[in-house]
Amino acid sequence: MSQTTLQSQTVALTETGSDVELRKVFKVFNGETAVRGVDLTIGQGEFFSILGPSGCGKTTTLRLIAGFETPSAGEVLVRGQSMLNVPPNQRPVNTVFQSYALFGHMTIWDNVAFGLKIKGLTKAELEGQVREALVLVKMESFARRYPAQLSGGQRQRVALARALVNRPAVLLLDEPLGALDLKLRKEMQMELSSLHRELGMTFVMVTHDQEEALSLSDRIAVMNEGRVEQVGTPSEIYEAPRSPFIADFIGETNLLRGRLAQVDREGWQVETDHGSPIMVRPVADWQPGRGDAIAVSVRPEKVGLSLYPPEVKVNCFEGELQNIMYLGTHVHYAVELRSGEKITVMQVNTGGEMPTVSTQVYVHWSTQDGLAMPA
Amino acid sequence: MSAIQPNLDSQEDIVETMATPKLRISWQGAFSTVMYFLMYLPILVLTVYSFNESPYSAGWKGFTWRWYGQLFGDTRILTALRTSLAVALLAVGLSAVLGTMMSVGLSRYKFRGKKLYLGMSYLPTIVPDIAMAVATLVFLAALAIPLSLWTIIAAHVVFCLAYIAIVVSTRLADLDPHLEEAALDLGATPVQSFFKVLLPQLAPGILSGCLLAFVLSLDDFLISSFTAGSGATTLPMEIFSRIRTGVKPDVNALSVLLILFSGAIAFAGEYVRYRNQAKKAG
Repeated sequence: MSQTTLQSQTVALTETGSDVELRKVFKVFNGETAVRGVDLTIGQGEFFSILGPSGCGKTTTLRLIAGFETPSAGEVLVRGQSMLNVPPNQRPVNTVFQSYALFGHMTIWDNVAFGLKIKGLTKAELEGQVREALVLVKMESFARRYPAQLSGGQRQRVALARALVNRPAVLLLDEPLGALDLKLRKEMQMELSSLHRELGMTFVMVTHDQEEALSLSDRIAVMNEGRVEQVGTPSEIYEAPRSPFIADFIGETNLLRGRLAQVDREGWQVETDHGSPIMVRPVADWQPGRGDAIAVSVRPEKVGLSLYPPEVKVNCFEGELQNIMYLGTHVHYAVELRSGEKITVMQVNTGGEMPTVSTQVYVHWSTQDGLAMPA
Repeated sequence: MSAIQPNLDSQEDIVETMATPKLRISWQGAFSTVMYFLMYLPILVLTVYSFNESPYSAGWKGFTWRWYGQLFGDTRILTALRTSLAVALLAVGLSAVLGTMMSVGLSRYKFRGKKLYLGMSYLPTIVPDIAMAVATLVFLAALAIPLSLWTIIAAHVVFCLAYIAIVVSTRLADLDPHLEEAALDLGATPVQSFFKVLLPQLAPGILSGCLLAFVLSLDDFLISSFTAGSGATTLPMEIFSRIRTGVKPDVNALSVLLILFSGAIAFAGEYVRYRNQAKKAG
């Protein structure tokens, strides 16, 4: 299902023109392969995120687009032009570095004007553009200061202005908010999002923060061990992860591994490694055979918890409450089933009395909420 | 005996802990006073004697500026000073360029034997001067290079280079490793990004390295005297040759001036470092 929508989207993108294209790109460092055959098409004006744990090759992928690394194999195209043998200073892209990399010996104004000065613009010509960029990030009153005199969030804005002033085809952001504290990060996320909307520029952001990727991006590529495991909209990635890795990495989930026992009209019956029989809804474009290894992902917020046996036949198990975490808006329960499997349950805090640890409880979820994928 | 020992120990402990607060402060104070006294007394004595009317160091005969005046009329001293300054300026200038290139190159490129090269390049700061001096002389003799002013300069470059490279490398390690990439990303060529971004950021490090090397070069006697050709006499060599026939008051005066000059340069170097740190801290 998700495959077909993806393909139609890709076709649509190539028609309107893609801004960045990676074709079977590999990168090897001293015998270690950081990027293994990445294929990506990023459309014009998209906010595209590359998401993955540290060491998955996401930053290397971004550096390949920026030109700081050259691919060991494959090709990088920007606006349809091959970037083979094009040095970083001649590429129509600009980067916002995680460390900001501001020039400490220059004022904020000179930092932002740097790219335009290099292009050979005169002082009078670049003045309007530099001011505009500083206004865009609300830093116009800091023009005469030095980077060392600014806070982390302010430096971040200057780094953005310094890149944006050159009007690149693509803005590359390497963990742009990684060094900021939580509150500032939320604020900057909002601003990044509105900047993107205002400018209509293609943003390619690398991040390890799944929440950030989900909330900001039009599309996300999830990378793992140098490969792209899935590309899709945030809801596709969250609702229909195509591998146990993604299901586990994006949000929280209960992963139950087992084998396909039976294929029914209502769904597939899976027997987990611990022997629990569970029913899941069939996956449209996948026909596994009986006995095939299957992983089932059940989101904690989709699991019900009750003290008495509920009136359902499928996906209902008895267990013992092992841990309760009170999170304010939600309550987090850890339940160990009779079979030995551990299930996490997340429930909205409705204010009632909470059960105590070691209570016998029942967990249950509907067939629709169990998502099968190849293990 | 083993039964008595712990008792004794604990008794001592009690005495010590009871007496510690008062004693410790005074001990530290006394120790520091003695140390500073021993360190600076010779300089103080030297300074006092440089104003002594008597040409012999024995007794105080009254205050005079005479020896300082005599110094500035002494052509041998002035020639030696000029030689010393020429050696220091040339050696430091050359080392500044080479040392900066070395630090940047070492931080940027990976190559076989890099660690060995790194260790070897800093060796001149540890090897005793006398060993360096003898080694340089033997080397020059083996290659049949005649000793001259230029051989002193070459020998000085060897140690100045090491000191400057150390200071610049420290500064480089503190810098954001993405600075040059950021410049390239904004359209600068590699040459532009070096001169417009990296070099200005390294400048404080290069400057304080140069000041350090300058003082060391000006101060050097051993290496200079082993590698100097005829006619090339540096100031420390001139002072040493005069002292052999007894300490004259004009040498006292010269020493005081040298101390003041070296102190001023060391202070300038520290100031550059301090101001730079203050700027970094915002």
